[in-house]
Amino acid sequence: MLNVVLNIFSVVSIQSYIILSAVLFSIGVLGVLFRRNAIIIFMSVEMMLNAVNLLLVAFSVYHNDANGQVFVFFVMAVAAAEVAVGLAILVTIFRNLHSIDIDELKNLKW
Amino acid sequence: MLNLYLIILLPLIGFLINAFFGKALSKNVSGLIGSAVIFGSFILSTVFFLGFLNGSQQKIDADVFSWISFGDFKINFGLLLDQLSVIWLMVITGVGFLIHLYSISYMHEDENFSIFFSYLNLFIFFMLLLVLGNNFLITFIGWEGVGLCSYLLIGFWYKNQDYNDAAKKAFVMNRIGDLGFLIGIFLILFNFKTLNFSALQTALAGGVVNHGLIVAITMLLFVGAVGKSAQLPLYTWLPDAMAGPTPVSALIHAATMVTAGIYMVARAHFFYMLAPETLQVVACVGAATALFAATIGVMQNDIKKVLAYSTVSQLGLMFLALGVGAYTSAVFHVVTHAFFKACLFLGSGSVIHALSGQQDIRKMGGLKKWMPITFWTFLISSLAISGVFPFSGFFSKDEILAAAFEHSKVLWGIASLASILTAFYMFRLVFLTFTGGFRGTEEEKHHLHESPALITMPLVVLALLAAIGGLMGLPEALGFHHALKGFLNPVFAQAMNANHAARTEEGLSKSMELSLMAGAFIAALLSIAYAYFKYVSKGETPNEEGAPISFARRWVYNKYYVDEIYHLFIGYPMGKLSELFYSLIDKTVIDGTVNYSGKLSVSLGNQLRKLQSGYIGFYLLAMVLSMVVIFLFAFIIK
Repeated sequence: MLNVVLNIFSVVSIQSYIILSAVLFSIGVLGVLFRRNAIIIFMSVEMMLNAVNLLLVAFSVYHNDANGQVFVFFVMAVAAAEVAVGLAILVTIFRNLHSIDIDELKNLKW
Repeated sequence: MLNLYLIILLPLIGFLINAFFGKALSKNVSGLIGSAVIFGSFILSTVFFLGFLNGSQQKIDADVFSWISFGDFKINFGLLLDQLSVIWLMVITGVGFLIHLYSISYMHEDENFSIFFSYLNLFIFFMLLLVLGNNFLITFIGWEGVGLCSYLLIGFWYKNQDYNDAAKKAFVMNRIGDLGFLIGIFLILFNFKTLNFSALQTALAGGVVNHGLIVAITMLLFVGAVGKSAQLPLYTWLPDAMAGPTPVSALIHAATMVTAGIYMVARAHFFYMLAPETLQVVACVGAATALFAATIGVMQNDIKKVLAYSTVSQLGLMFLALGVGAYTSAVFHVVTHAFFKACLFLGSGSVIHALSGQQDIRKMGGLKKWMPITFWTFLISSLAISGVFPFSGFFSKDEILAAAFEHSKVLWGIASLASILTAFYMFRLVFLTFTGGFRGTEEEKHHLHESPALITMPLVVLALLAAIGGLMGLPEALGFHHALKGFLNPVFAQAMNANHAARTEEGLSKSMELSLMAGAFIAALLSIAYAYFKYVSKGETPNEEGAPISFARRWVYNKYYVDEIYHLFIGYPMGKLSELFYSLIDKTVIDGTVNYSGKLSVSLGNQLRKLQSGYIGFYLLAMVLSMVVIFLFAFIIK
């Protein structure tokens, strides 16, 4: 019997997923570098994480290996925890500085 | 064997006790401990000496522990006791003990009393190590150690800068000699692979391969002796060393340390007898020094300086004896010289003490009335040093002169002239100090008194020894048995045989020897008579400072300006060179380099800290860029 794999990759090539993931990741990086609002930076970080998640899942289906998707679970859990902590720090900063512009946080200079 | 260790260790223990606990002890206890340990060493040395005399004691040559060993080179810490070293032991501990007793009284007023005794004991320890070592290195340790103690003791009254300079001078001049000694030791070690005396003696007995090497080694070792025993040209430290307390002058610069050079040449005789060229140099240097120092002594006015130049001169005679191959005579003169010179120095100390520190003989006179014991002991020792029969100096000096006569008439002439001058200036000293009227102040006159027993007793003992010391070396020419020669025969047998073989003509005939003896005796008496005529009959006294004197006299009085010449040609250029090195190399180059490297670190740090700008955006950018670079290098660039 012939083992024919039935998944999305017969319609959309793997390259598309790779390119999409790369683009999403780059947008995330640029967002981290160029935005001054701390919340936007957090969102960009989330975007980078999600880009990686997408790529992991795509390859997991491509190689028919469940490990990729399991790893995605881990990543999501860690992302959630990290956001919780990050936002908590952000709230504290706002309470002290009344601003979340990261350019205001420059006391630890030489 | 234990006794041998004790001989060396007792003075060391005395040193440690006095050094650490001396301040807590009373002066008498401190002095007693210092003297008792030396007495202990003396008793043990006497036991060994008597053992050698009656034949029951054999030569001891034992290694105590293995010290240095790498590759072929093996140097052990070992001791050698034979007839030669036991004689030196007797002199060091015996005369040393008397001087310790003397010091208890002499240094009584001094605040650093216990330190003085600790230094004296340390000196005896090192001197014993010097004569008891069984290889060149142990001897060298002792050699350096006595140089150190000499420095400490000369500069004992450290609050006076002149005394400190004298101590420094002694040490530096010794060091120059030590350099020669060390190079000689290196040559021996490199070529013979051992420094052990017995091993070297056996190695050389089989015949020598490289004559030039032996000459080089012996010359270098002699340079060391020149420094330590104050011969030309390294003698100027000894008169300056009179800055130290009188017991120091007596012990170190008369009886013991300065004889270390003679001991070393005698001990290394198996080298020297193979290098007649060096022996010739030794003899010439000795004779020249003897005459040179004697001429200076004639015009000195400080009682201790006269004795210092006399010591240099007598040491010259001892080296002359070694140079002409008369090893036993040199040892004989070392012993008799220790007796009468120590007595003379201690006597001068007694005089200085009575005059509350006055050392100028022009301010003395007529002291025999107030200080009879000092006078008589001084007189006996002066007769001994002048070579008057039957005192010890006559016998030992005559042996040297006879040996020199056999070897070279010129050397004999120089040595005889030195002896005549010796008799003259010694009695000049005696007459100016002890006879005539007192030339000091009235106040000094009232304080004049004979010194206490602890001072006069050693004087008496030493004078007695100076008087009868000749008995150990009665001349064979007159039919007597020369006890010392027989005693030392086992040590020098090889050299004596070689000497006899080398001599082509017969030795001196009996009548020749007798006439030489008589001649020297008469010459000494005439010299003394002239001194009597000049200073007693005519009552002359030397000129005061600043009085006009003829050019020739001024030249001699200022010690031929040797010190000034040394300063001009050596001291001053070295000082300037040192200053140059300091300002050029030390300050500019080395300090500059160190300071510059410091400045470099600081400026680098200054630049690097600008990275810590505090801007989070900048940090994020830096993170991203670094990640990119890392990925580039990890995955793309191979």
